[in-house]
Amino acid sequence: MQATAYDEMSTADGAVRPHYAKFADWLASQPAETLERKREEADLVFHRLGITFAVYGEAEGTERLIPFDQIPRILHAAEWAMLATGLRQRVRALNAFLGDIYHDQEILKAGHIPALQVLQNVQYRPEMQGLDVPGGIYAHIAGVDLVRAGEGEFYVLEDNLRVPSGVSYMLENRRMMMRLFPDLFESHNIAPVEHYPDTLLEVLRTVAPVGISNPTVALLTPGAYNSAYFEHAFLAQQMGVELVEGQDLFVADEQVFMRTTQGPQRVDVIYRRLDDDFLDPLAFRQDSMLGVPGLLSVYRAGRITLANAIGTGVADDKSIYPYVPEMVRFYLGEEPILNNVPTWMLRKPDDLAYALDHLNELVVKEVHGSGGYGMLVGPAATKQEIEDFRKRIVAAPDKYIAQPTLSLSTCPIFVDSGIAPRHIDLRPFVLSGREIRIVPGGLTRVALREGSLVVNSSQGGGTKDTWVLEN
Amino acid sequence: MLSRTADHLYWMSRYTERAENLARMLDVTQRMSLLHGGQVDIAGWTAALTIAGCDASYRKMHDKVTPGGVLRHLTFDTENSASIVRCLKAARENAHAVRGTLTSELWETINDTWLRVRESSPSVVDGNNAGDFFEWVKYRSHLSRGVTIGTMLQDEALWFPRLGTYLERADSTARILDVKFHALLPEGSDPDNAGDYYQWSTLLRSASAFEIYRRVYRDRITPRRVAELFILRRDMPRSLHHCLDEVQNLLARIANRHSEETERRVGLLNSSLHYGRIEDIFAEGLHEFLTDFLTRAADLSARIANDFLVPQH
Repeated sequence: MQATAYDEMSTADGAVRPHYAKFADWLASQPAETLERKREEADLVFHRLGITFAVYGEAEGTERLIPFDQIPRILHAAEWAMLATGLRQRVRALNAFLGDIYHDQEILKAGHIPALQVLQNVQYRPEMQGLDVPGGIYAHIAGVDLVRAGEGEFYVLEDNLRVPSGVSYMLENRRMMMRLFPDLFESHNIAPVEHYPDTLLEVLRTVAPVGISNPTVALLTPGAYNSAYFEHAFLAQQMGVELVEGQDLFVADEQVFMRTTQGPQRVDVIYRRLDDDFLDPLAFRQDSMLGVPGLLSVYRAGRITLANAIGTGVADDKSIYPYVPEMVRFYLGEEPILNNVPTWMLRKPDDLAYALDHLNELVVKEVHGSGGYGMLVGPAATKQEIEDFRKRIVAAPDKYIAQPTLSLSTCPIFVDSGIAPRHIDLRPFVLSGREIRIVPGGLTRVALREGSLVVNSSQGGGTKDTWVLEN
Repeated sequence: MLSRTADHLYWMSRYTERAENLARMLDVTQRMSLLHGGQVDIAGWTAALTIAGCDASYRKMHDKVTPGGVLRHLTFDTENSASIVRCLKAARENAHAVRGTLTSELWETINDTWLRVRESSPSVVDGNNAGDFFEWVKYRSHLSRGVTIGTMLQDEALWFPRLGTYLERADSTARILDVKFHALLPEGSDPDNAGDYYQWSTLLRSASAFEIYRRVYRDRITPRRVAELFILRRDMPRSLHHCLDEVQNLLARIANRHSEETERRVGLLNSSLHYGRIEDIFAEGLHEFLTDFLTRAADLSARIANDFLVPQH
């Protein structure tokens, strides 16, 4: 682990980086009371608009805000151009991989990935085998988590290809910044992000089943008690599509319909924010009350498009992650632009031996875990925790991977005592339809506790507006 | 509009209206009870349970009918799904489920009503002081309705809440009339003789109809005219005729391919109010008339659920 992390705003000797210069001047000119007042205003507006996380949580009727920090995370044009090119390349390769895995499995035959790693993966869905999806696109919406370790040095932490969330915060953070500090948007040339819902709708329409000229799109939510319900309602409203629950949909004549006050209306594309397991009680989990009985059969008949497709989890699983650079080379014949974090696969004896020797400096993750659970952060763990984790690893090494502890970059945030650096990551949203579209920037998440590397909102992370400066 | 969305909108306003009507009904019960000059009017409080359909749930928890017991059961008892608190909660839950369809003013009004009632102490209805609480419930309902009409887009997003309001109100008016007439005008009494003026004027006040009665009839209060006002006057906002007029109009707006039979039945029922005479109703029996009305109103609710909403189980 590096002694000091790379800071987005300042260099190690304290000089402001050129692309932050104008903002730093502005910040220095703002009286503390003004910033405090703006912070209160932001809280008030977020509360009133009901922009919340964990809607309807444990305590009945209470809703929690995700903390919003006013100092933007700024990327300059050249840096973003590199990231965007890398993201396109990576998502193209991932979609190619999914198409291959669910058809001829060339990459397995060529021996680049052990077949068992894929075919015995719980995220692999045999139901998808041989099925053609419109445009060959599986992951229409990808939320790729990136971290920076140094100048121009970005790593992909995770490719979220199932139901990635957070884009509503990206949009609301921007709206809030424009409301609080309009002068900043006059003095900076900031790439807009407001067209995301429009672009998403366009992408969803272009992947409708063949022969549908004016497709009806609906957003499928698990319901008002889901922690991301705010985002589901927000996106549906912004796109002008119906926000449906499983009970609103039914299957008849090999088609999916929604129940409306004017009778059944056919649906062609479902942007589903519901995991594979819950989609169709006839095909997957039988106890699911959230899905639509018979949906899979319509899907297999090619008469409904699901975005994302079923079975994309096999490509963003941590046990498959180490092979993504190989996918880029295999399918695209290119060298990967974005780095993978070096990963030890503990099912391999050599990797296991290395990891067990270096547990105090590694991050160990469960292959199928997510959200920061089931994870050991070596440098931050006690001896006892390390020994406990060691036993779990030895008992089932194939359930774990290990990675070096990355030094995530920091960005200044407002804290009680003034301004201090905190670790951040970046989740850009990559949309794949007829072409790949990326709204500049993404969601910047920030760990609010000093020194913490955990940015997940379920574990006390906050967010920032993300600026991509145009030349 | 999604059927589920329409269903939530409809029940949101139905539950709000139900809370208001419960408050009105309990208010009149308490006022009439006070007219008994120190005697506890157990029959009146038992009648309140009947009107609210809560006899069984009450007797499960209480041995005998007392004013305090009935008041608590029908206002703040969270175990009783028909209590005012539970109605306001149900209204809020329905609103929450379709928050994206509501204007922010409407959502905030309904949410605020719920938050405030949740925080208030049940003891506000103890003793003889419940009046302020009933008044508050009534005014919150007025506010919700006003914000609905004043801010919602004038399409199905307005029509379904309105439909819920009027079906609920018709049901409630018929129930109150049935029970109160039974108590105040025993069979064989003269419908043109008021007997106890104060009881009848209290009943009128419970429907905000005392001043209306004076303006319409400019004469002394008689049971016959009270019944006529509550049942047949189409310009009286809480009358059966007015409610059914509204239901018929709203149905015409939301009509779909399946709803023809429902429209026919609403029209048929409404025409009996439109062309009916109070003399004939009394001749046939007011209780029989109201029982028949309630059955037909329940049939309409079920048919509307089937045609447009989420069918009732």
